[in-house]
Amino acid sequence: MIEFHLDTRSGVAPYLQLIHQVRQALRLGLLREGDRLPTVKEVAGGLAINPNTVLKAYRELEYEGLAAAKPGVGTFVTKTLTDDSIAAHAPLREELDEWLSRARAAGLDDESIEAIFRSTFRPQPQEDAV
Amino acid sequence: MAAALEADGLGKQYGRKWALADCTLTVPAGRVTGLVGPNGAGKTTLLNLATGMLAPTTGSIRVLGGVPGSGPAQLRKVGFVAQDTPTYAALSIADHLHFGAAANPGWDAGIASARIRALRLDPAQKAAKLSGGQRAQLALTMAIAKQPELLILDEPVASLDPLARREFLQALAETVAEQELSVVLSSHLVADIERVCDYLIVLVASRVRIAGEVTELLASHHLLTGPRSEEDSLPGDWEIIQASHVGRQTSLLVRAAGPVKKPGWAVDKVSLEDLVLGYMSQAAGGTTAGLLTGAAR
Amino acid sequence: MTAGSAAPEGRPPGTPPAAAPGELPRRTPPALDARGLGKRYGRRWALADCTLTIPAGHVVGLVGPNGAGKTTLLNLATGMLEPTTGTVEVLGGAPASGADQLAKVGYVAQDTPVYAGLTVAEHLRLGAELNPGWDDELARGRIERLGLDQKLKAAKLSGGQRAQLALTLAIAKRPELLILDEPIARLDPLARREFLQLLMEATAEQELTVLMSSHLIADLERTCDYLIVLVAGRVVLAGQVDDLLASHHLLTGPRRDPATLPADQQVITASHVGRQSSLLVRTDKPVHDPAWTVANVDIEDLVLAYLSRAASA
Repeated sequence: MIEFHLDTRSGVAPYLQLIHQVRQALRLGLLREGDRLPTVKEVAGGLAINPNTVLKAYRELEYEGLAAAKPGVGTFVTKTLTDDSIAAHAPLREELDEWLSRARAAGLDDESIEAIFRSTFRPQPQEDAV
Repeated sequence: MAAALEADGLGKQYGRKWALADCTLTVPAGRVTGLVGPNGAGKTTLLNLATGMLAPTTGSIRVLGGVPGSGPAQLRKVGFVAQDTPTYAALSIADHLHFGAAANPGWDAGIASARIRALRLDPAQKAAKLSGGQRAQLALTMAIAKQPELLILDEPVASLDPLARREFLQALAETVAEQELSVVLSSHLVADIERVCDYLIVLVASRVRIAGEVTELLASHHLLTGPRSEEDSLPGDWEIIQASHVGRQTSLLVRAAGPVKKPGWAVDKVSLEDLVLGYMSQAAGGTTAGLLTGAAR
Repeated sequence: MTAGSAAPEGRPPGTPPAAAPGELPRRTPPALDARGLGKRYGRRWALADCTLTIPAGHVVGLVGPNGAGKTTLLNLATGMLEPTTGTVEVLGGAPASGADQLAKVGYVAQDTPVYAGLTVAEHLRLGAELNPGWDDELARGRIERLGLDQKLKAAKLSGGQRAQLALTLAIAKRPELLILDEPIARLDPLARREFLQLLMEATAEQELTVLMSSHLIADLERTCDYLIVLVAGRVVLAGQVDDLLASHHLLTGPRRDPATLPADQQVITASHVGRQSSLLVRTDKPVHDPAWTVANVDIEDLVLAYLSRAASA
C-alpha cells in the first residue's frame, strides 16, 4: 500500500501524477508484486479528487502490465521493478551529485542547471543517428 | 523601515471569549502579505485592531510604527477594505468619491476618477445598483485613492465570482506595482493568495504557525516519500510538519533549510495550498485532510 | 482499510451495472434534462430558455457570475421552484413529483443550513424518519469518523462541521443525484478540503451524480469531470472537462485579424498587444498554422474566457 499526493499546479495531469508515484514507489521498493493499491474510494476521498481520475490511472497501470484488478477485492501490483538498480546506480548518483555541486559552485541556479540537463539530454538520439 | 504591522502579546476579549489571545507577529513593510487561517482564528479581530476600530484588551500593536487610530496622520496612512466590501447603497459612485475627497487629506482625485473610468462605471450610478464585483472595485478605489502606506483587506473577494475575483486581484496587483504600498490581505482562497502575495502568514487560534516569503517557504518545504521510518531515525535538520505511514512507505511534509536528499527517498515540491493545509491540520491535531491523508484513516 | 471499500473498483462510478444475462440493458436517463427552461420573477428572467442535458455519472461543476441563474436552476431541479416556461426532468422524472423522485435527489443548500436547536443525533433521527432509503450505518459511521459529539447542538458546531453534517445527511439518504449550491464558499481551506474529501469518497462509493455550483475554480478543478458555465440565465459552455480541454487552445503569434482564421476555429477571446495576438479558440481539429504557438488551457483559463466574453458582449 502507498499513499498518493497531488500537485494541482504542476501542470501535469492528475492521473499521470498518480501513475508516476506508483512507478516511483516500485523503483524505490516501497511497492512490490502482490501489494494492494489503495482503493478508488480511498484515493478519491484522501486527495479530494474525482474518482474517474483514479480509475483512469489504474487502467493505465493495468495496460502497462504493472497492476491488475481483482473484481471486488482491489487492484494489485503485478510486477516488481526494484532489482538492485538503486544500489547499482549509486555510483552514477554520486557522480551526478558531484556535478551538481560543481554547477552550483559555478553560480548556476536550479533553472539553468535544468536547462543544461534538458538541452544535453534531449538531442542524444539524433546525434547517435548522424 | 518600520514593520507594516507589529503585534506583541496582543489580545481582544468580548465578554468571556477571547477573539484574539496573546498574538505576537510581524508583517513586513513593502510586501503583499496573505493572512490565512481557520474561521475564528482571530484574523478579522487582528485587522480591526490594526485599523484602530477596536482597542486591544491586552498587549500592544503598532502599525507603520504608530499606534492605530491615534490621530489623523495615522488614519491617513492606512487604507481598509472590510469584509464583503461594504459601500453606501443609496450614494452614487460620484458621491462616494466626493465623500472620499472630503474625508481624506491625501486623496488623489485623479487616481479615483481614472480607476472608475477604466472600470467603465457610470459615476451617477447608485452603489445599490452595482454588481458585487463592481462594489468591491469601488471599495478598493476608495481605499487606494486615499494613498495609504498600508492597505488592509479583510476577505475582500470571498463572495465574488471567478471573473470579478480575478479583476479585483489584477487591480490590486497594478496598484502595488504603481504605488509604494504594503498590503495585508486575509483570504480563504490559497489559489488567490498564491497569485498576488509574496509573504504568507498562517494564523491558527491567535498563533502564527508559519510566516515567511512565499518563494522561501516553497523552497524550504518538501514532500518526501521513502521506506517506513520512525521519526527519530530521520535527519535532525528535517522539521517534520506532517508524517504518515502506510504499508512500507513513510510520507513526510518536511521543512529544511538546506537541500534535502537521502538515498532511497523521493523528493517532491509542495504546493502553497498543501503547505497551508499541512500547518492548519498540524494545528488542528492531525485531522484527515492536508497533504498527507493516510495516517488518520 | 474498511471491508467492502474495494467494491467500486473496475467501473467508473455512475455507469450502469452490466445487464444480467437474459435481461435487457437498462438505459440510464440523464441526471438532468432541461428544455427551454425559464423562470421569471415579475419582469426579470432569473433563468431563460435553458436547454441542457447532463449525463449521469459525472461530478458536474456549475460556474457563473452571481445572478446568472445557478441557484434558480438548482431549485428548479429539486422541485422547490416551478418553471415559468419549458420543462426539466431529473433522472427521468419530474422534480419532486412523488416519494420515489424525492428519494432519488439529495440537496445541500447554500451555506449548508442545519437546525441550530437540534443536536447531531436528532438530525440523524430526523433523517432516518424522513427518508425511506436512509442508511443509518453510513450516517453514524461518518459522524464518528468526523469526531462529532452526537449530543452537541448544531448551533455549537463550527462552519466546517455544520457543512459536514449537512453533507452527511444528504449522502445518507443514498440519493442518485446530489445537488449542492455553493456549499463551501465560506469555509476555511482545511474545512473546504475535508468537505471535498467526504464528497469524493461518497461519489466513489455510491456511484453518485453530483451537481455542484461554486466560485472556486481550484476546487472544481480537483473534483469535476463535467463543467457548465452559466451567464445571464443562459448556458454558454457545457461538456466533459477532458473534451473541453482538448478542444480549446491558446494561440499566440503575429498580430492578426481573428476574422481571417479557418472556419472551424471559433474565437472565444482575443487580445492584441503591440505586434502580437493572443486568441483562445475552440476547434475540434488540430491547429496546424505554423505562425501560431499553440498552448493548452486549464479549467480556470476556460471559465475566465467564457465569463469575460459574456461580460463584454
